[in-house]
Amino acid sequence: MPDAPRTGRYSVFAIAREAMRQHKGWTRAWGNPPPRDRYKVVVVGAGGHGLATAYYLGKNFGITDVAVIEKGWLGGGNTGRNTTIIRSNYLQDPSAAIYEKSRSLFENLSQDLNYNVMFSPRGLIMLAQTEHEVRGYKRTVYANNLQGVATEWIEPARLKELVPIIQLDGPRYPVLGGLYQARGGTARHDAVAWGYARACSDMGMHIIQNCEVKGIDTEGGQIRAVETTKGRIGCDKVALVVAGHSSQLAEMAGFRLPIESVALQALVSEPIKPCMDVVVMANTVHGYLSQSDKGEMVIGGGTDSFNNFTQRGSWHHVEETVRALIETFPMLSRLKMLRQWGGIVDMTGDRSPILSATPVGGIFVNCGWGTGGFKAIPGSGWAMAELIATGAPGPLAADFGLNRFREGRFIDESVAAGVAH
Amino acid sequence: MLILTCPYCGVTAEETELQPGGEAHLKRVGPGGTDEEFEAYLFDRKNAKGVHFERWRHAYGCGRWFLAARCTATLQVFGTYKAQNAHPPSDIVDSIRAARPDWTPDWTTT
Repeated sequence: MPDAPRTGRYSVFAIAREAMRQHKGWTRAWGNPPPRDRYKVVVVGAGGHGLATAYYLGKNFGITDVAVIEKGWLGGGNTGRNTTIIRSNYLQDPSAAIYEKSRSLFENLSQDLNYNVMFSPRGLIMLAQTEHEVRGYKRTVYANNLQGVATEWIEPARLKELVPIIQLDGPRYPVLGGLYQARGGTARHDAVAWGYARACSDMGMHIIQNCEVKGIDTEGGQIRAVETTKGRIGCDKVALVVAGHSSQLAEMAGFRLPIESVALQALVSEPIKPCMDVVVMANTVHGYLSQSDKGEMVIGGGTDSFNNFTQRGSWHHVEETVRALIETFPMLSRLKMLRQWGGIVDMTGDRSPILSATPVGGIFVNCGWGTGGFKAIPGSGWAMAELIATGAPGPLAADFGLNRFREGRFIDESVAAGVAH
Repeated sequence: MLILTCPYCGVTAEETELQPGGEAHLKRVGPGGTDEEFEAYLFDRKNAKGVHFERWRHAYGCGRWFLAARCTATLQVFGTYKAQNAHPPSDIVDSIRAARPDWTPDWTTT
């Protein structure tokens, strides 16, 4: 198929116009062009982070000679496999800065992209179910107040008002309070990828699916081209934004990353009537829960702890997650679970991402988002675009460079944020 | 459910009885190593998609550390061996080669 024509703005008038002509005027949301021989920037990976990187390259820096190439289909990796939670209640300053930037971009993302990403700031609660968590989350609230992130500590009575289906006095893990971020919530994960893709395509960028990178051609420590299943594509700069396969792409370019890939899984129940209009995370028992617009209870669990590229998780993690959650949410015990799936997440030692230049000139990496990447998509793209366009990290990305491992400047969220993240 | 056999006590254990310990055969950088070498030893990992050698502990059993050869792309297990081996022993190598003819060891035994 040749380049799709520009789709025009989506609006109530467009719907009315199309209603008058049997909806025959809608065109594809983004083009499907063959790759050119050369681009200024090639982004590898058309997931949320890759597409957002390309979008802000165009929007903030006017760089539109960009191709986003994707091994499979657009948004088919972790972008389409997460539990769509958005929050920014992190302890460490660099994390709070980039995740809050991201969350604030979500507030107007539908208008910005002219594509409904269904951002729903329904509120998010992290349950404190041990004394240790009570102290930890109170500390996070104090830190967030200093960082300008609006969170508060709430007592069990208020929590019960917000989440009527919760059982506060479970025998093993009583609910002692919670860390509440009123403007946290969810968004439609596919729509985030689709909206960015459409906006990129409208700016003249190329989105090339079913195009796997087979090699990275460097000369004198500088990027020259990527070899793909659709031929050789020359470029001045490359961004590797491929989550679980970051190590494989880095190996092609001749360096290693402090990344290990593991499976993280999620599951959904049968759809039921509305029963919970906030997101609840229970980190002590490794479960997090929200209700989708279709009525399914969306449940996320813990990661496998061994290296795994199979996009499916271990069954015992499903059992552990559900077993723990039904103590706090007894009504879940009556639900049938419909689907379970896994994604391959890229874990760093400090559980914080890497946005960085690399030992090869012109190659940049955006990876290591681990189990918490979806919420970061707009902020990650924003910071990555600045890094690629200017060659130096801006204030959001500065602390997330690869050099932090050598210099011992970890941004330790593995302790601060718990597992679910 | 991943199932591995502990080479010390001989028990065939399910994943829940074991604790994974990351990449095997890491060589500690000795005195005189550079910052780059020490960083690579501490943090940089092969993270192979395919044949992978890793450490496991028989945590809810005999408690000992052992090593396993496994495919991270298919979860196939090629075998387990004792942690005293500096490199995977020949029977493990043979079993990997039988299943993955294209695979070659990336170490030298000299």
